[in-house]
Amino acid sequence: MLSDEIRLGVFLALGLLTIVSAAVVAVARSIVHSVFALFFTLFGVAGLYVLLHADFLAATQVMIYVGGILVLLLFGVMLTHKIATVSLKSASFQRGPAAVICLVLLALLLVVVYKTPWPVASGPSPEQTVQAIGRHLMTDFLLPFEVISVLLFAVLVAAAMMARREARQ
Amino acid sequence: MISLQHYLTVAVVLFVLGLYCVLTRRNAVAILMGIELILNSAGLNFIAFAHYCTTGIRGQVFALFVIIMAAAEAAIALAIVLNLYKCTDSIDVDEVDTMRG
Repeated sequence: MLSDEIRLGVFLALGLLTIVSAAVVAVARSIVHSVFALFFTLFGVAGLYVLLHADFLAATQVMIYVGGILVLLLFGVMLTHKIATVSLKSASFQRGPAAVICLVLLALLLVVVYKTPWPVASGPSPEQTVQAIGRHLMTDFLLPFEVISVLLFAVLVAAAMMARREARQ
Repeated sequence: MISLQHYLTVAVVLFVLGLYCVLTRRNAVAILMGIELILNSAGLNFIAFAHYCTTGIRGQVFALFVIIMAAAEAAIALAIVLNLYKCTDSIDVDEVDTMRG
């Protein structure tokens, strides 16, 4: 086990990486820069998962987000922009009102986070999360598990359908 | 010592940045990235509560479902965006104001 100081240092580094790169995602002028900043955000969140003893979730995060969704987003950016022209910029609008709304919401949520007496209970965290998650998926989370598998099947068929219709035109 | 509030603070900042991204961007793919940030902040909250509170590992199972939903949503949304680009030659969400293909 790591000592508390090292854990705090790792947490601060990961949290800073996550927040700074998320800020780049939100305000970068070039959409490609946003996608690459999102890469670091997702890795930072995966690191925070590891720090919270969620090793299976961290691996899933890296595989699905970084390996799947990010590549998909990059394809989306590259396919929908004329690379030759300079329309690669992502114009943004209404920055002022949006910034005000977000800052008010940030203040509000931070007050909630620090004023609420959370029912913190430090029990022994399980060493092996994979087995426990699998057991939950096959017992009390069986219905959501089955529903989500049907959903994934529908998504697969729908995405293929849309791509096919596009090709036929 | 890292407390629950530290993680919740990171999640709150992540959520607000994602909301700002959704509110200010016109590019449909950029809006999608903002939604991914918001979903990540939700997942971080779930796992932080799973670690610090008595809910046990159920929070991690729910975060797993959140990640699956995010993957499904990204796949469908990008298929829609590509079709939109085929039809209107643009992915500016302000220019999409008709349902005729």
